Amino acid sequence: MSNLFNSMIAWIDKRFPLTSNWKAHLSEYYAPKNFNFWYFFGSLALLVLVNQLLTGIFLTMNYKPDASQAFASVEYIMRDVDYGWLIRYMHSTGASMFFVVVYLHMFRGMMYGSYRKPRELLWLIGMVIFFVLMSLAFTGYILPWGQMSYWGAQVIVSMFGAIPSIGEILQQWLLGDFTLSDAALNRFFAYHVVTLPLVLLVLVFVHILALHETGSNNPDGIEIKENKNPATGIPVDGIPFHPYYTVKDIVGVVVFLIVFCGIIFFAPEMGGYFLEYNNFIPANTLQTPDHIAPVWYFTPYYSMLRAVTVNFLGVDAKLWGVILMAGSVVIFCFLPWLDRSPVKSIRYKGPYFKVALTLFVISFFVLGWLGTKSPTPLYTLLAQIFTVIYFAFFILMPWYSKIDKTKPEPKRLKE
Amino acid sequence: MADSFSINDEMSGRRKFLVAATSVAGGIAGAAIATPFLLSMMPSERAKAAGAPVEVDISKLEPGMLLMVEWRGKVVWVLNRTPEMLESLVKVEDQLADPNSDKKQQPDYAKNRTRSIKPEFLVVEGVCTHLGCSPVFRKDVAPADLGADWLGGFFCPCHGSKFDLAGRVYKHVPAPTNLVVPPHVYLSDSRLLIGSESEGAA
Repeated sequence: MSNLFNSMIAWIDKRFPLTSNWKAHLSEYYAPKNFNFWYFFGSLALLVLVNQLLTGIFLTMNYKPDASQAFASVEYIMRDVDYGWLIRYMHSTGASMFFVVVYLHMFRGMMYGSYRKPRELLWLIGMVIFFVLMSLAFTGYILPWGQMSYWGAQVIVSMFGAIPSIGEILQQWLLGDFTLSDAALNRFFAYHVVTLPLVLLVLVFVHILALHETGSNNPDGIEIKENKNPATGIPVDGIPFHPYYTVKDIVGVVVFLIVFCGIIFFAPEMGGYFLEYNNFIPANTLQTPDHIAPVWYFTPYYSMLRAVTVNFLGVDAKLWGVILMAGSVVIFCFLPWLDRSPVKSIRYKGPYFKVALTLFVISFFVLGWLGTKSPTPLYTLLAQIFTVIYFAFFILMPWYSKIDKTKPEPKRLKE
Repeated sequence: MADSFSINDEMSGRRKFLVAATSVAGGIAGAAIATPFLLSMMPSERAKAAGAPVEVDISKLEPGMLLMVEWRGKVVWVLNRTPEMLESLVKVEDQLADPNSDKKQQPDYAKNRTRSIKPEFLVVEGVCTHLGCSPVFRKDVAPADLGADWLGGFFCPCHGSKFDLAGRVYKHVPAPTNLVVPPHVYLSDSRLLIGSESEGAA
């Protein structure tokens, strides 16, 4: 039997690089031996991606991308399609969990300096994945054509109208109409189910290729490839990804699925944070709901959008808001060049970086919380203060990371 | 490859010219084939044809009441302002960003303090000039959430922009300009036509 199997593999290997790729990317891909739980979130993002693709395909079987039928078709899936509710909740919960996992994945990179040389390009590819993910979330949220779908889309598309001179024509080009209507819903459906998933899959593939070129970073932030066993050429602090990390990741998957199923079965709306209450009302083009807020994962940026209330440098507040909002996401791309610290990991960085990162996380959460609230003068002031802190983390980094009191990095991994 | 060669040697003269010419031609062809796809995303002929003017009966609109009308997929408000409301327009002027309506957000016949043809009737698009939400009509004076200075107006729940009862924007809010006054004409005392400035287009 094993003879037959071996000869089959040999037959394939002559025609397709199966064994060599298995070795290069799994059984002889050496990862640092000291991964902690923060390293679960990359593979979990892959798991959620598969969940979104599978559940998404089944949702398209019953969903209708038509402004007069979309809302009813989602309710049809929820009430009349066998297990339609489960598939839809897996998809809607998956969207939020995608952001949970990706935010933690990004935070891991920020803590351990995973964006630093030689992984700058890996970080940039990851940022493009994040932009695509945001576009996917936005186009997906429009599809049920509820009140939040409609008015959320109205706000986002109107941002393009803030761009000087070409804004208006660009907005019409995006909408395919002079207002947000059926034409826009139909094309956002095309982006959500065809264009963006294809782009995302290619980018994830490229992200993993780039990772396997440089090798993974680790909590100590030192390069295991610089210390290889001279006889074998294998990093002395490396262990094969398979079976060591495939098995370890399964533990992460089990814990994740417990949480994921708990949400799907007991709190799929998550108190209005995952599925907003106003989105259970069909879109009404004449009336904005009294309180509108984006889904939780966009609220930090949304707070910054509305934090600017004064015109300065000859640019009006509206355009500044849009610039700040876009800038707050794009600025992550510059991290590899903003960080001037001699060490990568937070374990060996000094107090300035630790305080800065803590303030950044606090401002991210406070801005996120403010984004779910109606604007009042006090909240607007708070949003302005925390917007400044958010940007200060990045803009002052070349200075504070350079003068910070760092500890010497070890030669070998701990543990 | 047995005989290794340097690309630089090969890339001289005729070959260099041919590579450049082929790249340019290919680039032009690429742009040409992209054009129909990009243009297919502009508003269609059907979308352009939609948007006929709307006729509204305003005889039953009592002072202080707001009527919502749909025109071109947007909401248009018709507000019958009371004498007190008209007085408030003067009082709030120092808090406004563009009290004289200098930015062209209205037809010339509505470039006045009340931003209207008839002083009492305001006809304005109910679309916030910030990011397109529809503001809420708040005629209550000095409510808790909007402060003691509030004399009535429109408040946008999305980002907190404020407008007075002539649709003029307050200072220090995200919205950059006054609300848009659509073209409109009175066909008689009770009949208002929104979306056109002449009876003929109705």
